Amino acid sequence: MPYFQMTRSALLLLADSRFPAGAHAHSGGLESAAAAGRVHDTASLHAFLTGRLNSAALVAASFAAAACQCEDAAMLETIDHEFDVRQLSPTLRLASRRLGRQLLRTARAAWPVPRLDLLAPLAAEGPHQPLALGVACAAAGLPAEDAALCSVRGTLGVPADAAVRLLGLDPAEVAGVLAKLAPAADRTAAKALTLARMAQLKNDFSMLPALGSPLLDLAAEDHATWEVRLFAS
Amino acid sequence: MRPETPDPGARGPLRIGVGGPVGSGKTSLVAALCRTLRAELSIAVVVDDGHAPDDTELLAERGALEPERIAAVQTGCSPQSAIRDDIAANLEAVEALEAAFAPLDLVLIESGGGSLGTTFSRGLIDRQIFVIDVAAGDRLPRKGGPGIASADLLVVNKTDLAPHVPADLELMRRDAAAQRSTGPGGVPRETPLPTLFTSLSEHPGAPAVADWIRELMAEHRAPVAA
Repeated sequence: MPYFQMTRSALLLLADSRFPAGAHAHSGGLESAAAAGRVHDTASLHAFLTGRLNSAALVAASFAAAACQCEDAAMLETIDHEFDVRQLSPTLRLASRRLGRQLLRTARAAWPVPRLDLLAPLAAEGPHQPLALGVACAAAGLPAEDAALCSVRGTLGVPADAAVRLLGLDPAEVAGVLAKLAPAADRTAAKALTLARMAQLKNDFSMLPALGSPLLDLAAEDHATWEVRLFAS
Repeated sequence: MRPETPDPGARGPLRIGVGGPVGSGKTSLVAALCRTLRAELSIAVVVDDGHAPDDTELLAERGALEPERIAAVQTGCSPQSAIRDDIAANLEAVEALEAAFAPLDLVLIESGGGSLGTTFSRGLIDRQIFVIDVAAGDRLPRKGGPGIASADLLVVNKTDLAPHVPADLELMRRDAAAQRSTGPGGVPRETPLPTLFTSLSEHPGAPAVADWIRELMAEHRAPVAA
């Protein structure tokens, strides 16, 4: 059996913030934003997540979808390189590879199929997180559409969970913020899928989106120098 | 659970988790063990990064461990998650130490201070020590929880403080023994799990705990019976 049969439950499993792949120790920039007072309540969290949705989430989801469709190890290396050059902060570049490595480890235990071996050339350093997610989705029998959706969910969920823990926000209200963002999250995933398909069609992955958040990049570099920090990024 | 390999050399170092409530003396115990065992074993330590600058300093100083042998892991405000629910970051830190200092004999993984519910995943460690202290009150062992009832070793620390608290050590001994003599479902254990009473101010090298580790070490190194 080369691949697992597609199940909706596999998507829910991968999208669950409790899926044990290391993400709980990351805040997606929220720890810095909270310390600077930029995020302090559900309204400012909503604004922060909207920013993520239109930048990091679209980029990551496009790469997850592209990786999910890709069945060639060399091409995955190219896609990984394209993601790498989009990460201006060395700290975030490293964090993304670490998360990718951890996700790959868990995926190997959960869906032990040859599809995951496509990432073998990148395994030592760690594939970037969206690539690991995309290929893990493929291994779980999920289509690129689901990889994009799952990626967006992760990009929003990580800072949202961190906000609950760091700021003591009402978890029910934070769930409300995420619910309000759900239609926009779906649109971002759909856009990411289209962009990934276009890049695949033209066989040019440099076409994938390259949006950034300079403030988050700078904050991440600063965060790495804090003496006491609770989150890895 | 890590796979059993018949070749002890291929089994890697013995991994011991050290958990317990905040302030019970986990870091001091780890430092004491490093100091006592470093002449006979190659040791590395993983700590929770929440308070790492202080802890690494203390470990390096009191444990006489090179700072490179101490890795800190961020746990995003929930130390418990990092040792039980999602061990990815801790596993990575352990493996990096194993690679950098091969062959290691012993890796101690200290969790950030937790509740009585703190336990380590068997995917991360081979054995676990749960540390509580006399100053937290002599009713603590009676409260049970996975750490007290089922850790491979229960350490009741700071016994020198008992007269000052005051705490009844005999009561703690009885309650701990009762908690640790039965397994899941209240089924009596063949041998009750061990409990050690320690005072690092009276015995700075934690000799009793070090002996417990030496025994485990011998077991860990012995070839698995076919």
